[in-house]
Amino acid sequence: MNLFGLTANSWPAVPEIWLALSACLILMVDVYGGDKRRGLTATVTMLALLVGVVLSSSFGMVLQRTVLFNGLYVADGLGTFLKLAGFVTMAIAIFYSQDYLEQRGMFGGEYYVLCLNGLLGVFVLISANSLLTVYLGIELLSLSLYALVAFDRDSGIAAEAAIKYFVLGAIASGTLLYGMSMLYGMTGTLDLDTLSGIVRHGPDGGVIIGIAFVVAAIAFKFGAVPFHMWVPDVYQGAPTSVTLFIATVSTLGSFALIARLLSHGLAGLPELWTQMLMAVAVLSLLLGNVAAIAQTNLKRMLAYSAIANAGFVLLGFATGQSIGYQAALNFTIAYVLTTLPSFGLILMLSRSGFEHDEIADFKGLSARDPLLAALMLVLMFSTAGVPPFIGFWAKLWIIQALLGSGHLWLAVFAVVISVVGAFYYLRVVWYMYFESAGDRPPAEPRSRMRLILLLNTLAVAALGLLPNALLDICQRLFP
Amino acid sequence: MRELGLLSVVIWLPIAGGIVTLGLGDARAHLARWAALLSSLLTLAACVPLYMGFANGTAKFQFIERTEWIPALHSQYYLGVDGISLPLIVLTAFMTVPVIIAGWSVVEKRPAQYFAAFLIMEGLMIGVFAALDSLLFYFFWEAMLIPMFVIIGIWGGPRRVYATLKFFLYTFLGSVLMLVALVYLYLKAGNYSIASMQQLPLTLIEQRWLFLAFLVAFAVKVPMWPVHTWLPDAHVEAPTGGSVILAAIMLKMGGYGLLRFSLPITPDASHELDWLMVALSLIAIVYIAFVALVQQDMKKLVAYSSIAHMGFVTLGAFLVFFILSATGTTKGAINGLDGAVVQMISHGLISGALFLCIGVLYDRMHTREISAYGGVINVMPKFGAFMVLFALANSGLPGTSGFIGEFLVILASFKASFWFALLAGTILVLGAAYNLWLVKRVIFGPVANDKVAALKDLDAREFLVLGVLALTVVLIGIWPAPLLNMMEASVTHLLQQVVTSKIAVGLR
Repeated sequence: MNLFGLTANSWPAVPEIWLALSACLILMVDVYGGDKRRGLTATVTMLALLVGVVLSSSFGMVLQRTVLFNGLYVADGLGTFLKLAGFVTMAIAIFYSQDYLEQRGMFGGEYYVLCLNGLLGVFVLISANSLLTVYLGIELLSLSLYALVAFDRDSGIAAEAAIKYFVLGAIASGTLLYGMSMLYGMTGTLDLDTLSGIVRHGPDGGVIIGIAFVVAAIAFKFGAVPFHMWVPDVYQGAPTSVTLFIATVSTLGSFALIARLLSHGLAGLPELWTQMLMAVAVLSLLLGNVAAIAQTNLKRMLAYSAIANAGFVLLGFATGQSIGYQAALNFTIAYVLTTLPSFGLILMLSRSGFEHDEIADFKGLSARDPLLAALMLVLMFSTAGVPPFIGFWAKLWIIQALLGSGHLWLAVFAVVISVVGAFYYLRVVWYMYFESAGDRPPAEPRSRMRLILLLNTLAVAALGLLPNALLDICQRLFP
Repeated sequence: MRELGLLSVVIWLPIAGGIVTLGLGDARAHLARWAALLSSLLTLAACVPLYMGFANGTAKFQFIERTEWIPALHSQYYLGVDGISLPLIVLTAFMTVPVIIAGWSVVEKRPAQYFAAFLIMEGLMIGVFAALDSLLFYFFWEAMLIPMFVIIGIWGGPRRVYATLKFFLYTFLGSVLMLVALVYLYLKAGNYSIASMQQLPLTLIEQRWLFLAFLVAFAVKVPMWPVHTWLPDAHVEAPTGGSVILAAIMLKMGGYGLLRFSLPITPDASHELDWLMVALSLIAIVYIAFVALVQQDMKKLVAYSSIAHMGFVTLGAFLVFFILSATGTTKGAINGLDGAVVQMISHGLISGALFLCIGVLYDRMHTREISAYGGVINVMPKFGAFMVLFALANSGLPGTSGFIGEFLVILASFKASFWFALLAGTILVLGAAYNLWLVKRVIFGPVANDKVAALKDLDAREFLVLGVLALTVVLIGIWPAPLLNMMEASVTHLLQQVVTSKIAVGLR
């Protein structure tokens, strides 16, 4: 059988194929389901994602490196792991978003289709083995995101965020393409495997310029300084459910982008990009942590926190060694796992006509709702990097990678700047626990969502007490 | 499933108890109180077999538990105690009980969370003293900040937010540099075990940086002058129980860290920088004692006196090298180290008791200003007696535990230099001055005002708490032998480690 070039050997690509099919299917379900059965769309989306988990842990489970489709596509252990993480993250994110979307009349089926398309973009990035595939993935993801950010049509601030994101994103895409074309021009190949075999033979201006443009585009995707301008506006302006998507699913895509493009594709020329990454990472840590202190809006604060955390991930890659890549992967997973419930809590506490996203809205939460306050406390301390939570191990491992590759001062800088960062996470705890609630109403029960939030946060704590499983996986994926 | 060791029990039992207490919630506050008391008593009971089963006379770690924890990072769940850490563990378990009893009916705001926080902190603090893997140590060391942050922030005084943020950020900044040092040592040693770090040969330059990184963490915790400024704030704003735990246990972690990490891992740097440590200690002893003298707030006074007394711990620990160069032998140095450990235990008991006394007054009068009191003995004779006893013990009265530690350290400093001894000895004068003056103004004299006249004496609960503490202070004061015997071998071993250079041949 040879349908659209698919053969029996295409099994490794089953997650992407399934995702594309289910996006079409959900569009149909939505059209024929009509307005009355909108809940159905969400349910089918969740089911599709769960089937995706099953598929990618069975047929799609590839541990040996396999290259398909004339070298455009690669499947390996890292890809399988990231795709599983992507399916699960997306499912949880959609689960957290349901009530929020329903209350705001954004319950359209397009939302889910766009989400799945964005996820597909992430998957294409994860499986990219050619500069073209990388570009395809990044565009698929970005275009879905632009539309999602503007999904709340009546919100001016969302429209502003979407335009900013789109304009800057288009420039970044251009930058990436330009860099790629330089690389292609100098090396004559688009294939990342071939590219990775190229080592430096002396000063080669074209390659350096190409890499500089590619690194700039990667930094944009991560929201790293000096390409961070979109992050705070988009995080704050977008509907919270979309912010959740950007902060989690899209972060997995950014990780895949840098892992495929730099640590694999340009593995032969690490000295050209590690120093650029170092500069970008240091600036991100500095600006992210310092600017977050001044924020009064939690989404905006988490945006600056995302910039700072991107700095940590980039520091891992800046070592140019597999121990750093392992640490960066571990950090990304820990970050996604902690960020999911953080935004989940904002979604949970928001109600129709009221966005619970000012830090001051959290005042006295521990009196109004002890459970949610306790969960937020765990999440904030975890993100600040305090044991016994997962965030501590994430930072520890980055520091270990930095010291192990001889970057003592970067390690010292990273830990000292995270003390600065601790302040603004502590402020959330301070508002929740040390301030009185005033006349703020108690939170709604929503027991199903509570349960998932609790389980999600317990995972943050459990992986903090027994971190070995995740560390072990990360070590295996970057041997 | 392996059998749960005794040390694991004393670490996780209070934490489990804390979670149960938290689960019971403020709606069932009465039940939560009993659950908290029961867990703290059970933990203390679990310390009895620990104490009985401990073999004196060996420096080897005992009650060892060792299982894989994070093979990916070569870190193990590795616990054990020696003669230095066991007394501190018993102290922790011992001091948590009075804290729970003292808060019994006084804490009305979210009582379940209050007791739970103290229980969780108890387990984490015991974990710090019991951990033999440095990553596990750091894990407990940092995790402990969370409950303390919450305790000061929720149940503290008017400036509690400022105080608790200052406390957290100060100690966090100190700790992260220690983390870098630990990771550095791990990369050299290949695992996180403290023992292998202690055996690792290091160049002088490496040791110097490691010593400083450790010093930042431990000096903040002790606290040493000039990084002590968080302590008066934290103490004044913390609720009574928080102050007790801060003074009695948390400060000891700094001293313990110096003995467990700084001295054995970087002995040569300790030698090189001992002048710094001794100078800072003497400044703490003399200068801070003067500062204590002028305080208007009782808690602040005791807080400053804590800094001065912890100066004895650091002084005793770092006199070794001076004694070695002055006398040519290490014979006298053992007194300094002994004194440092005894002083930690004794100060834990005495300062804890003093804060409880202040808590008793505060619960009745809602002020800690010294000037608001006067003649308390006339209406509260039982309380007056206790307060005078603890104040005298705090100034090092012979027959109380306060005397033993200070005496040993002063004895050691005589061997090092007459001037050290003279300066250290001033604490006996200054300590007596601020303690007795405090007692004179608060306890004695005519009844100051109507509010004091209306005070009620101790109830049975308070009497029990202070009585037990008073007995312990006097018992250690007149019969310190069990404590000294327990730590003798470990301290001797530590001394050996300290005087053995780690600069590998050819690396200098």
